[in-house]
Amino acid sequence: MEGDIAQMGQFIGAGIAGLGAGLAALGVGNVAGNFLAGALRNPSAAGGQTATLFIGIAFAEALGIFSFLVALLLMFAV
Amino acid sequence: MAEGSSGGLSISPMEQFTVKPLFGGSEINLFTITNVTLWMFFAVVAVTLLMVLGTRGRAVVPTRAQSLGEMIYGFVHGMVTDVAGKDALKFFPYIMTLFLFILMANLLGLIPTAFTPTSHIAVTAVMALAVFITVTTVGIVKNGTEFLSLFWVSSAPLILRPILAVIELISYFVRPVSHSVRLAGAITAGHAVMKVFAGFAAAALIAPLTIVAMVAIYALEFLVAGIQAYVFAILTCVYLKDALHPHH
Repeated sequence: MEGDIAQMGQFIGAGIAGLGAGLAALGVGNVAGNFLAGALRNPSAAGGQTATLFIGIAFAEALGIFSFLVALLLMFAV
Repeated sequence: MAEGSSGGLSISPMEQFTVKPLFGGSEINLFTITNVTLWMFFAVVAVTLLMVLGTRGRAVVPTRAQSLGEMIYGFVHGMVTDVAGKDALKFFPYIMTLFLFILMANLLGLIPTAFTPTSHIAVTAVMALAVFITVTTVGIVKNGTEFLSLFWVSSAPLILRPILAVIELISYFVRPVSHSVRLAGAITAGHAVMKVFAGFAAAALIAPLTIVAMVAIYALEFLVAGIQAYVFAILTCVYLKDALHPHH
């Protein structure tokens, strides 16, 4: 019985941690959308900034992957 | 496999990441040859074929393999000079090696029934720790105690600087974690999603839809394989820039 409750908590926690992935998607979309908005205003400057775009996406994505990691740890390691 | 069109759907998306010894037994020691070893070997062979054999002709009008090799070389060269500056070119071979190895491991892992070494934290963490140790050593050797000014944001108000120093210090030491988990996480998640959709295909009713979705996801994974290799290499460049020019 107690093990069942603990396992239930584990699964609920993993599900909540999964929310982080969706929130990171908001962040990545924000970065890419703002880049596009700026790039359409000044297309000639956009080419040089793709590296910055990918660095920004990588940093936003890292936090989502942390929550994915937490979910995985809850599911398989705890 | 795809048996039992109704009822018992059995999807085990994480099974594909099991490390197995190739030659009998189930015991894994330090030098056991496993499927990870095999596919890392294939990645190295692919890089060698492309960059050594492909460009051996040194033709003025390049063959397909040679022009692909030259394109990758020019791409990474431009990335290192753009992000980290001309004096980082000493580390160009290192970053090129990392980029090509990760790219080839990711792409070969997309072959059905293949194994992806970069889906394991053990593989990516070694690469990320190597980058971290290299970059920190270079920063300290090149700049001495000046390297610590990386953590002291001189453009911020004086009261904020100690707080920012703590945050910068934490974010500096989290770097190898995020660097390795990003690659392993993206690849693991992508392959698991493909496996889950493949499991849905066993239900005959939605099979056509699932197969269309799998083609789309496969294309996305192809993109991710390239982007993650690019992101790993470009973050190495960013860290290298911080080590070579630590002033904010």
